[in-house]
Amino acid sequence: MTSSLLFNVTTFTYLISMLAFFGFLASRTKVFGTAAMIAAYFGVLTQTIAIALRWKESYDMGVGHAPLSNLYESVVFFSWTIVLIYALLDIKYKYRVIGAFVMPFALLGMAWAQLGMNNAIEPLVPALQSNWLLYHVITCFLGYAAFAVACGISIMYLLKAGSEESADKSAGTTLLAIFPPIKVLDDLNYRAIMIGFPLLTLGIITGAAWANYAWGTYWSWDPKETWSLIVWFVYAAFLHARITKGWVGRRAAWLSIIGFAATIFCYLGVNLLLSGLHSYGGK
Amino acid sequence: MTTPKRDFLHSLWDFFCSLKLTMFLLISLAVISIIGTVIPQGIPPQEYLAEISPAKIKLYKTLGFFDMYHSWWFILLLYLLTVNLIACSIKRLPHIWKIITEPVTLLGESLERSLANIATIKSPDEPVALKERIVTFLAAEFAAPVVTEADGAWHFFAQKTPWCRLSVYFVHLSVIIIFIGSMIGSLFGYKGFVNILEGETVSKVMLRSEKELDLGFSLRLDQFSVAKYANGAPKEFKSILTVLENGKPVPYYTNARVIVNDPLTYKGITFYQSSYGNAGNYFFTVSDLDGKHPVPLTVAGQSSANLPDGSSMHVLEATKDISQFSPGLSGPAAQVELHTADGKSESFVVYADYPDLNIQHAQQHGKGPVIHYKGAEERMYTGLQVAKDPGVEVVWLGCLLMVVGIYAAFFMSHRRIWVRLQDGTVTIGGNASKNHGAFQQVFEKLVDRLQAELTKEKNI
Repeated sequence: MTSSLLFNVTTFTYLISMLAFFGFLASRTKVFGTAAMIAAYFGVLTQTIAIALRWKESYDMGVGHAPLSNLYESVVFFSWTIVLIYALLDIKYKYRVIGAFVMPFALLGMAWAQLGMNNAIEPLVPALQSNWLLYHVITCFLGYAAFAVACGISIMYLLKAGSEESADKSAGTTLLAIFPPIKVLDDLNYRAIMIGFPLLTLGIITGAAWANYAWGTYWSWDPKETWSLIVWFVYAAFLHARITKGWVGRRAAWLSIIGFAATIFCYLGVNLLLSGLHSYGGK
Repeated sequence: MTTPKRDFLHSLWDFFCSLKLTMFLLISLAVISIIGTVIPQGIPPQEYLAEISPAKIKLYKTLGFFDMYHSWWFILLLYLLTVNLIACSIKRLPHIWKIITEPVTLLGESLERSLANIATIKSPDEPVALKERIVTFLAAEFAAPVVTEADGAWHFFAQKTPWCRLSVYFVHLSVIIIFIGSMIGSLFGYKGFVNILEGETVSKVMLRSEKELDLGFSLRLDQFSVAKYANGAPKEFKSILTVLENGKPVPYYTNARVIVNDPLTYKGITFYQSSYGNAGNYFFTVSDLDGKHPVPLTVAGQSSANLPDGSSMHVLEATKDISQFSPGLSGPAAQVELHTADGKSESFVVYADYPDLNIQHAQQHGKGPVIHYKGAEERMYTGLQVAKDPGVEVVWLGCLLMVVGIYAAFFMSHRRIWVRLQDGTVTIGGNASKNHGAFQQVFEKLVDRLQAELTKEKNI
């Protein structure tokens, strides 16, 4: 068995999970929701094994390093952290339907990685040969994943809040009937960001510590650094919005969505569109 | 009676205390920061300047866009944010401080009405025995209570982690500490660069401010080497360095290894592996178009050399074996850049073992000269970043405070329990500064256990 095969199984399982969540949304049949959740758990478990196996495979090749070294590996890891954070939220708060708005992110990541990227294990360039790589990448991506979940919840909030305002009980509103109440969605959004913000902060700090250790500069306004700070500002604004009059509810949901858009730009846009220190080894 | 001047100061104070200002500043900083990620910072590269119009260059320069994170308007926004968070903290801190240091220890009627969690237990036992049991119970299950007697009732007050109400202010303080650390760094620290040839010793480095700095000691490069993976990708860049004081090697700093991600620090100055190159001579011959009349030509390291026909050339890169770049070919080769007398320039590869290819290239471009590569002597140099930053510990202190502060602010809450014992009725109330749902469960369990404790049969 190879990690590559297991990653394919993971991708397929996430697809099934997402479709089952959509079925749950459309039919409101509980069994769909349960099946979707089981698939998600099975997928994340498979992916965990696959990541561990890829790690081992790199050692077998004599270029041993954690599978967090290039775009392919980071996208796979991102998708894993998204499902992981969602699973934690599901265990704690049990609002299953959120999966319909979170699993697409995880599936998108896996599908892109498996279909569109070279998955060869490559040796680690000197710049990445440090334990800081592990701390920095893990904290950043767990943070990103929490923001992805928050974004999914915010979309649900806006849909539900919109339909409650228009107050017309058409087919669209019945679809939204199994959404948690908007107060709960608002609260969950906050809780997801409450997980993400400290992790992003740690991610930025570990990045600064690494930069200082490797280059003697903890902050150099590199585009990646600057974008991570932009993301931090947006979520800092979100957190302050909750105690500011006129910023709760809908505006906070929009801030969360904008925050995730900035996160994605920080993660991918900076590498694909701008130049800087985080080149992922390939151009 | 307020004078207009006081009114102005008041509104200025209110302005800086407002959370709307915080929102405005955070969002502005987020949006404005984008500029510097799109426009290159520092000295803009020529290719970029060629792309945009002179008017734009002038505009960007005037606005400070080429160094925007140090421009007065960006720094001003950071200062405003600092003033804002200090003002907000000063405004709210006294109230929070009072809650922590002067807690309400009596469960009065108005407090009772304001609490979300309230329960009552009736017990026929002696008040003194009940009092003892409540004290023991709270101390064991929650926190040691303060006991007060008032109006014929006993009041018990117990609290957990009151200080976590301060965590937000610690986060705000941490931002200021980080700013202070970065200021210390920019005032008393420096960043520089030095190239050292193998076998050579330096005692001065070039700072970013273009000033030369005397290190106060010397640094010798004993050896530089590059290790590669089987696929040709770089594996390790390694400088072997020796620190010298008055010309003598310093123990423990002799033959010290410096690689990427593993620098050398001596007397607070740190040296980081940053770049490398070959400063040895490259050897060529220049011949006529038919390959005749070869004239030897030596190009020193990074510099350029003049050719007989008035053009000049320099070496971009050289290899001992071209096969890893051009499958099918082998032997030494060099990539050179040629600037002809009429102002044109081109870059191409010349070979040692394929004179025909060299001639072919020159013929395709009309006239000579034909350049043949003969090889290079290897004399490596290492490029080291040099940095001293006495503010960095302060920055880490700020970061630590920020992480601890954010953790406490999000995941801890100030929990309070009040108990009143009056006429055989025990009234329990409680609240938490956040996460009310979780506290409600804790409270209900606590009440259940207290009920069991107070109503259980005595076993004596």
